[in-house]
Amino acid sequence: MQRYIYLDNNATTMPAPEVVDAMLPFMTGRYGNPSSMHAFGGLVGKDIENARANVARFIGADHEYEIVFTSGGTESDNMAIMGVLSYFRDKRHVITSRVEHPAVLSLCKKLERDGYRVTYVPVDREGSLDVDFLKSAVDDDTAVVSVMYANNETGVIFPVEEIGAFLKTRGVPFHVDAVQAAGKIPVDVNKINCDLLSLSAHKFHGPKGVGSLYVRRGTRIRPVSYGGHQERGRRPGTENVPGIIGMGTAADLALKHLPDYDTTVRAMRDRLEQGLLSGHKNAVLNGNRERRVPNTTNIGFEFIEGEAILLYLDEKGVAASSGSACSSGSLEPSHVLRAMGVPFTSAHGSIRFSLSRFVSGNDIDYVLSVMPEIVNRLLEISPYWDSAKQEPLPINL
Amino acid sequence: MWDYTDKVKELYKNPKNVGKIENADVVAEVGSIACGDALKLYLKVDDNDVITDAKFETFGCGSAIASSSALTEMIKGKTVDEAEKITNRDIADYLGGLPEEKMHCSVMGKEALNLAIAELRGEVEVQGYNDHDGEIICKCFGVEDTLIRKTIRENNLKTVEDVTNYTKAGGGCGSCIHKIEDILGEEREFAVVFREKEQEQAKSLTNIKRMQLVEETIADIIRPQLQKDGGDIELLDIDGKRVFVALRGSCSNCVLSDVTLRNLVQDRLREFVEEEIVVVEGK
Repeated sequence: MQRYIYLDNNATTMPAPEVVDAMLPFMTGRYGNPSSMHAFGGLVGKDIENARANVARFIGADHEYEIVFTSGGTESDNMAIMGVLSYFRDKRHVITSRVEHPAVLSLCKKLERDGYRVTYVPVDREGSLDVDFLKSAVDDDTAVVSVMYANNETGVIFPVEEIGAFLKTRGVPFHVDAVQAAGKIPVDVNKINCDLLSLSAHKFHGPKGVGSLYVRRGTRIRPVSYGGHQERGRRPGTENVPGIIGMGTAADLALKHLPDYDTTVRAMRDRLEQGLLSGHKNAVLNGNRERRVPNTTNIGFEFIEGEAILLYLDEKGVAASSGSACSSGSLEPSHVLRAMGVPFTSAHGSIRFSLSRFVSGNDIDYVLSVMPEIVNRLLEISPYWDSAKQEPLPINL
Repeated sequence: MWDYTDKVKELYKNPKNVGKIENADVVAEVGSIACGDALKLYLKVDDNDVITDAKFETFGCGSAIASSSALTEMIKGKTVDEAEKITNRDIADYLGGLPEEKMHCSVMGKEALNLAIAELRGEVEVQGYNDHDGEIICKCFGVEDTLIRKTIRENNLKTVEDVTNYTKAGGGCGSCIHKIEDILGEEREFAVVFREKEQEQAKSLTNIKRMQLVEETIADIIRPQLQKDGGDIELLDIDGKRVFVALRGSCSNCVLSDVTLRNLVQDRLREFVEEEIVVVEGK
């Protein structure tokens, strides 16, 4: 396999070597079931509790039992919203944002079909949430508010602390999808004042197929599936032991490496972004420059199409992603960019680069060195750009 | 990750005939930047109506670039009349196939070619297939019914999803899906009438022709009707004018299965294939 410069860390990350080492014994010798009476299995339960303590510390939870292990971000999001709704059956209103992950948005569409009222809070041109709109949408019928901490496509951070403080005064349960924030910025459930918070291990150098839902002590929530006593009956089924162990190790490492994100990763991201914006006349930044996770940049290349850029980048061994219509198989550009009102001239050509602590300065140099060739070639092919004059041609929409 | 053929990869990596033709005889532009893909086709045509040069500029994904490049390669050296016969299917075949969701890239090529030829001949608009010419069905992507109908016929499309994959119509807000549904229904009827005409032209059928017609009638007319009621039909054998079938699904233990066989299966086959057809139930 060709070596990739991997700048698609908001999609998934490389499992850290320490994570893999920690998981291996549980896929070989230590395969026991933690529910067993014998020590061979029972002792595995201690390792799970260790992992739980790591995850609790990672997000500043007061109690380890507030962490419920799940199969990942999607399950956690579903469990949080469905769990609250099935407890408060007479409340029929849900508030979320227009730019959530499909794990929340698709569920909300289903809830609407089931007769729920859903308010989708808009974002502005820079992708920042309209908090006043959210506040005014809360009423006595509101069962739960679910908002992401950081957006996966733009990296824009939402003011969850302000929302949490407000909702606390109104007594409305607050779920935060922190999948894209964890490991990139500090996450503290007590500062946020949330009742529920979702994590996914593979977004912070843990394994795929495991995540967690933080459930604040006393939060009214019913399980979504029924079975055994595991996870205190909140998420039954024999534990994904290797995954949970991996997530625990990853949470511990992520906490340790958080300062790297604020310093080296941010510096690399800024250098990449500046290089691309100043090197290309047709490049524009999507998303608020200040309130962003430090690893993400989303750049729209006007007059050329994102999938074509990705394919050319792939040829050069660079992995990134795009909000263009073609790359996703849908016919419209990403719902996030549309909600922001990004014009079509650049929405179809938007590229997301998402870094990690495993990216080096040389990688950034390499990407900056190959991009001009790619962008200029596609501009040459484009009917909307005059390559000789280096300026856009008139467009009939 | 799309499963692109090597030919598609080769042509988006190194597209042929990129650029403008300075004194082109015709320039045709289809699509738009809002839709996510657009193609500008430049042609040079000599006195004998031969396309001596073809170039393109494309805004779009890998398969849009590859389809444009393929189109220009295919039409160079052909007369305008020959080029007109190229279908979007031919463009896709030249590329060794395209993912279903990307078939609209080949349709864009065909559209540009049609427009260029129409302009060459001094026709203002592309000829539609019937009298209700050019009603915009899909507002999101500006797709007209003429294009939808033509694409349905040329590619034998059956579902709204197919139509979206090939023309993009219905892929935006989705509010035109019911209209596409109606067009599909009309086109199905058209296909039936068309087949009747064909049959009149060839009164006595060869064995192969008869088998083909039986199969088509079962697949396009009888089976969809049975499936509406949860049933199905299997064609077991054809011996001369005797057609052996078995009813499946909820039809298989329906007390009315005899009636179904006579009134639906046999009557339809007599209507669309031959008056003398006899249907026999097998197991």
